[in-house]
Amino acid sequence: MSNRVRIKDHWAEQRMFLRRTIAAGTVMALLIAAVLSKLVQLQVVRHDYYVDLSQGNRVRVEAVPPNRGLILDRNGLVLAENLPAYQLELTREQVADVDGSLKALVDLGLVLSDDVDRLKRLIRSRPLFEAVPIRLQLTDEEVARFAVRRHDMPGIDIRTRLTRHYPYGAVAVHALGYVSAISEQDLPHIDAREYAGTTLIGKVGVEASYERELHGSPGFRQILVNAQGRPMEGESPLRADLSSKTALSGNDLILSLDLRAQQAAEEALAGRRGAVIAIDPANGDVIAFASVPGFDPNGFARGLSRAEYAALEDSIDRPLFNRVLRGAYPPGSTIKPVMALAALSYAVVDPEQVRYCRGFFTLPGSSRRYRDWKPEGHGWVNLREAVAQSCDTYFYGVAQALGIDRMAAFLTKFGLGQRTGIDIDGEKPGLVPSREWKERTFPREGERVWFPGDTVILGIGQGYMLATPLQLAHVASLIAGHGTTFQPRLVTAVRNARTGEVRRLPPKPSPAVDPDEGSHWQRVVDAMVAVMNSAHGTARATAVGSTYQIAGKTGTAQVFSVGQSEKYNEKEVEERMRDHALFISFAPADAPRIAVAVLVENGGHGASVAAPVARKVMDAYLLPQAPAS
Amino acid sequence: MIYDDLQPSTARRTLTASTRLLGKLRLDGPLLLAISATAVFGLVILYSASGENFALTRGQFLRMCLGLVLLVLLAQASPKYLRMSAPWIYALGIVLLVIVAVIGDVGKGAQRWLDLGILRFQPSEIMKLAVPMACAWFLHERPLPPDLKVVLVLALLVLFPVGLIAEQPDLGTALLIGAAGVFVVLLAGLRVRVIVGTLALLPALAWLGWGLMHDYQRRRVLTFLTPESDPLGAGYHIIQSQIALGSGGVFGKGWMNGSQAQLEFLPERSTDFIFAVAGEEFGLIGLMLLVGLYLFIIGRGMYLAMQCQDTFSRLVAGSISLTFFVYVFVNAGMVSGLLPVVGVPLPLVSYGGTSMVTLMAGFGILMSLHSHRKLVGS
Repeated sequence: MSNRVRIKDHWAEQRMFLRRTIAAGTVMALLIAAVLSKLVQLQVVRHDYYVDLSQGNRVRVEAVPPNRGLILDRNGLVLAENLPAYQLELTREQVADVDGSLKALVDLGLVLSDDVDRLKRLIRSRPLFEAVPIRLQLTDEEVARFAVRRHDMPGIDIRTRLTRHYPYGAVAVHALGYVSAISEQDLPHIDAREYAGTTLIGKVGVEASYERELHGSPGFRQILVNAQGRPMEGESPLRADLSSKTALSGNDLILSLDLRAQQAAEEALAGRRGAVIAIDPANGDVIAFASVPGFDPNGFARGLSRAEYAALEDSIDRPLFNRVLRGAYPPGSTIKPVMALAALSYAVVDPEQVRYCRGFFTLPGSSRRYRDWKPEGHGWVNLREAVAQSCDTYFYGVAQALGIDRMAAFLTKFGLGQRTGIDIDGEKPGLVPSREWKERTFPREGERVWFPGDTVILGIGQGYMLATPLQLAHVASLIAGHGTTFQPRLVTAVRNARTGEVRRLPPKPSPAVDPDEGSHWQRVVDAMVAVMNSAHGTARATAVGSTYQIAGKTGTAQVFSVGQSEKYNEKEVEERMRDHALFISFAPADAPRIAVAVLVENGGHGASVAAPVARKVMDAYLLPQAPAS
Repeated sequence: MIYDDLQPSTARRTLTASTRLLGKLRLDGPLLLAISATAVFGLVILYSASGENFALTRGQFLRMCLGLVLLVLLAQASPKYLRMSAPWIYALGIVLLVIVAVIGDVGKGAQRWLDLGILRFQPSEIMKLAVPMACAWFLHERPLPPDLKVVLVLALLVLFPVGLIAEQPDLGTALLIGAAGVFVVLLAGLRVRVIVGTLALLPALAWLGWGLMHDYQRRRVLTFLTPESDPLGAGYHIIQSQIALGSGGVFGKGWMNGSQAQLEFLPERSTDFIFAVAGEEFGLIGLMLLVGLYLFIIGRGMYLAMQCQDTFSRLVAGSISLTFFVYVFVNAGMVSGLLPVVGVPLPLVSYGGTSMVTLMAGFGILMSLHSHRKLVGS
C-alpha cells in the first residue's frame, strides 16, 4: 500500500459501477415491494372499509362535554345541578347556506330575528366541524315544530344536552352567579380544546370564579355519520375502529352557605332593596349572602331574549347589581365601634369619663353645628353609652381628637378601603378618605384641602367614606374575633365527582388588628352588647326574646345631606331619597359563631328596619329547628 | 429465420426509419417512449384530478412539450461540454440560491422563488441537475473509489445547497438534491465500511435534523407516525388520500368517477397527491401500470448509464436514474401513508411546470451522455 499515486483503472471502475447498480436495483426492488404491499393492504385488504368512508359515511369526531360540577350548600343541599334539555345545534361544515338556514329557523319561530347577527358571528368564530348551539332548552312543542322540517335542514339538529339548573331559583343567585352560553367575548379566555362541545360557561359568582374546578375535561367519541352528517345506524365495517374517551366530570363545590339562613335573609328583605351577609368569624365561611332583589339564573342558562335581558338591566331596582360585593355605601354609625377602638388604642378618651351631649357639636372657633340624630341630645354619656345610644356628638369629639391621619390609618388596618379577599370576583374596595386621597382625587385646587369638618363627620361614618356590606360584615367579624378573623369565602371544599374524595380548602387569615389589646376589645364588645340589651340601646327591641346574646351596632346613612336649619322629615322625603338603614352584629357575644351585616337601601332607621333582619338570620342559623319537611 | 425471406413489412420499414431518425437526434427510443407514455397517462389523470379543467391540462401539456424540446436540445450537447460547464452551472445555482435566501419571494409560506420579471422560477430546480453533475465532474479525473478527502469535499458540495434549500423551507427538494449527490458518491464506489459507518451515524443526524426542522415539518413527522391523533388537522391529508386509494380497490372507480377527488375531499389532488387520484380511479391495476412504467424508465436509465464509457457520464446518468426512483418512491410512499408528507411531486404526472421541465432536461442529459459515448471513447 506504499503506492500513494493511484491510477484510474477504467475496467475496475466499470465493474464497480455494475456491482453498485445491482445493489441499487435490489434496494429499489425492496422499497417498491413495500409500497406495493401497502397499496395492496389499502386497496384489497381494507377496500370495503374505505369504500364505506368514501360514500360519505364517515367517522366524525365528536366532543363529549364533561358534566359540570354540582354546587352544594354546607348541609349537602344541591344549589346547582345539571338536567337534560333539548338544544338546537348547527354544524357549519354540513350547512350549505348558513344565512338561509337561520332565516328558515326564524320563520319557524325557533330563532328570534334579533339574534341572527349574533348567531352568525358565533357560528363563524367556531371551527367548521363543531356543532354550535343556537337555541338552548327547547320546549317539547318547539322540538315537534323542528322535527317536521328536519329533513330540509342538513347540518341542523336537536341534541339532548345537560344544562344547568338552579332548583331554588333566585336563592343565593348573587353568590352562585350563573352560567350562560359561551359568547365571542369568552373565546379568547378559554382553551378551545377544553371547551369543545361545551355550551355553557360561568359568568359571575362562584360559577365564574371556580370555572376551572367546575368545568372538568372533555372526552371524545367517534361516531358514524352519513353524508348529511347525521348519525348512522346499522352495520358498517367502520364500526370496529371507533374509539372514544370518556369525559372527566368537573368537581363539585361545597359552599359555606346555609340554605336556611340564606332563605331567612332573603325573606326578611323581600320587597325591599338591600343586602345581608353573614360570616362565621372563626373561619370566614359565608353563611348567608343575599342581595335583593335577585333574579332567576335559570333564565340565563336557557338564554334570555334581548327584551328579557333589557328588562333586568334597566329595572330601577337593579336586580343584577350585587349589593353585597359591589354596593359601596357610607357606613354611618356602624363605624362607631371601630372609632371607639381607635380612640382607646390611641388613648384619646377615658372610656369611663362622661361627656355632655347637648344635641350638636361645634368646632372651636366655628359656629357651624354638627347635629346629633337626637335633637335634644343624649345628656351625660361615657364610651359605652355613646355606642349604645349611638351618640353622634361624642364621636364628633372622638374624631376631632384622633385627627384624619390616625383615623385613616386605623380604618385601613381594619381592612376598610381594600378588598376583603372573598373567593369570588368583582368585589369593590370601598373608600377610606385621607389627605392624600383628597389631594389626588379632586380636580379643583380649593377642594383638595382636607377640612376639619371632613374629619368630624367621618367620626360617624358620613362624608366621603364608603364600605360594602361585605366589608361591614368583615368588620363585625374582626371585632367578634378580637382582631383576628379570616377572609370571607364561599367555597369550603372541593369534591371529586368520581371518587367522592373531598378536599377541604384551608381558611385564609385576614391581617390581624392589635389582637393583644384584650381589654380594649372587650370594652367595645360590651358596648355593642349594650346596643342590644341596655335600657337606652338603639336596637334593644330586636334582642327581645333572644336566647343568645347579640352584640350589634345600628347605622343610618344619609343619602343626601340636610341643610343647616332644615328639619328632616322622613315622611315627606321621596322613598328613594330616604336614608339607608344599616346594622352590624355578631352572636353569641361571648363565643361568636356568626357575624351579620345588613343594609336596607332607603330603609330609614337601622334599628327598626335592618336589625330585625339580622335577628332572623341569626335565629335561623343558631337555633335548633325542626327538620324541614 | 423465416422473416429474412420476406419483404420487410411497412411497419418494419417505419420502425427502422424511426430508429435511424432517433439515432440521428441522439435519442433513446425505448426511454423516450416510456417517458411519453407516462406523461400522456399523467395528462389523463390530471384532467380528472383538476376537475376536468381543460385550460390547466393544456398548460401542463404545453410545458411538457417545452420539456421535450429541452430534452432534444440537451441530447445534442456533447458530454465534454456538459462536463466542463458543470462547475459553472453549480456556482451559478449557488449564487441564485443565496439571492433567493436574501430577497426571494415568499409563496405558500416558503421563500423559494426568484422573480425575473418575465418568469418566476426556483433556483433549487437547477441544483437538481447541477449537484450530481458537479460531483461527477469532481470525481471524473480522480481514481475511484474516492478517498476520504475527496468524499469530504463532495459532502460539502452536496450539503451546502441542500442546507440552503431546506432552510427555505423546501424539504422535498432538499431531499431529492441530497439523494442525487449521494447517489453519485455511492455509484463511484464509496467503500462499504464508510457506508455502514454513516448509516450508524444516522440516528445522531436524525436527532440533529429534528432540532433544525421547522414546526410544521416536525408536525408532519409526528402526524405521519400517528395520523389518527390529529384527524382534523395535519392528519387530514393522509387520511383522505388513504380513503381515496382504499376505496379505489383493484379496478378503480373509473376515470373521472373518483368521489374523493371529484368531491374535493382530497387536498392538493392535482399536485402532490395526484397518485391517490390515480389509485381511486384506476385502482391497483392502474397504479401497477404506472409504477411499471416508472420502473422501466429507471431500469432503462441504469442500463444506459452502464454503457457509458467515462466516469462523468456513468455517474451522472446513474444518479439521474436513481433520483427518479426517489421521486416515485417518496411520493407513492407519502400518499399511501408509508412515509411522511414531504412535498415531492409524482414525476411526469403532478401538475407543476418547473419539476416537469427539470425532469425532461435530466433525461436529455442522460441521452446525450449515452448517445455520444463512441466519440468520447475514441
